[in-house]
Amino acid sequence: MTWLPWAVAIWLLLWGLYGIVTSRNLVHMVICLSVVQSSTYLFLLAIGYRTGARAPVFADIPASTPAVDPVVQALVLTDIVVEATVMALLLALAVQADKRTGTLDPDELGILRG
Amino acid sequence: MTPALRLRLFLPAALLLTLLLAWALSGAPRFGTFDGRYGQWLNHHTVPQRHVTDVVTAINFDYRGWDTLGEEFILFISVIGVRLLLRTQRDERETRPRDQAPGRRATSSSASVRVLGLALIGPLVLYGLDVVTHGQLTPGGGFQGGVVLATALWLVYLAGSYETMLHVTPETLVGWTEAAGAGGYALIGLYGWLTGVAYLQNVLPLGQVGSVFSGGTIPLISLAVAGAVTGGFVLLLRAFLAEALQVRSRS
Repeated sequence: MTWLPWAVAIWLLLWGLYGIVTSRNLVHMVICLSVVQSSTYLFLLAIGYRTGARAPVFADIPASTPAVDPVVQALVLTDIVVEATVMALLLALAVQADKRTGTLDPDELGILRG
Repeated sequence: MTPALRLRLFLPAALLLTLLLAWALSGAPRFGTFDGRYGQWLNHHTVPQRHVTDVVTAINFDYRGWDTLGEEFILFISVIGVRLLLRTQRDERETRPRDQAPGRRATSSSASVRVLGLALIGPLVLYGLDVVTHGQLTPGGGFQGGVVLATALWLVYLAGSYETMLHVTPETLVGWTEAAGAGGYALIGLYGWLTGVAYLQNVLPLGQVGSVFSGGTIPLISLAVAGAVTGGFVLLLRAFLAEALQVRSRS
């Protein structure tokens, strides 16, 4: 089952992309983007995992204990912060799109602008 | 482009992407066997070098502190962007706050949301402060604790009312907290520079391993980040809520 984490990461990425491509609502589209991004969290954490190793926190375990890779975990933190900011900005844009054009449907947005 | 055509373009592209990813991942280290040299080096040397027991926090606020400064400013700039996008436009005005979604009467929170929310606000504030101040020892730090603190303030809106939330998060205070957090991080880095070493180099006394006051600049940067994150997320909430409850078209 060593391929399972990769398979789930690819599955999340593709379903998120599918949602973006078929989306009829900008808010739904932003959520789909967050699904795409969650595949990167899983991928990064799975890359750094070591069988039988502990979390890289040495508060109550001896310093020589094998621990998983801390660098990818720090990257996931960055990833999550960036996702939160991107979602906030995109949702604000969706609010403006709805106010200016009266619709949240991305297909109708193109038609309205002509 | 019609939805059907878009889907027909997407499906072969998705298949190709899947095959490429599967091919790439077949060359990745087997799951559970990754032996990143840099990560393992940090696992062995962080505690003696920085007197910090949470290696992830040490990476974020020290070894990779320059990147995290940029990350914090991404948050800062995006909050400014949201405030700019959701400002009251020339053809809009601010009214007394009320729910004006068409065809929906304003509903008040249910009793269970009120009770649970009120009961959670105090513990969440304490928990947030705990996560912020112990990031150098156990999992946590400014980003995580900041989000917990902001959630406690969001609960004031959910369990109380919009007016109460506005009352406990004065715009000036929240704005300054965010700015002081973002600026504070940059200034802590400057201190290293002024003492003759590199920008953001950890120059303060490292303290005892396992103590709250360990890690030199790491807990200070964590505090600054907590200010920026709490302030930023509360400003975001205020912007979106004002847009829904107060800003109306003039026509």
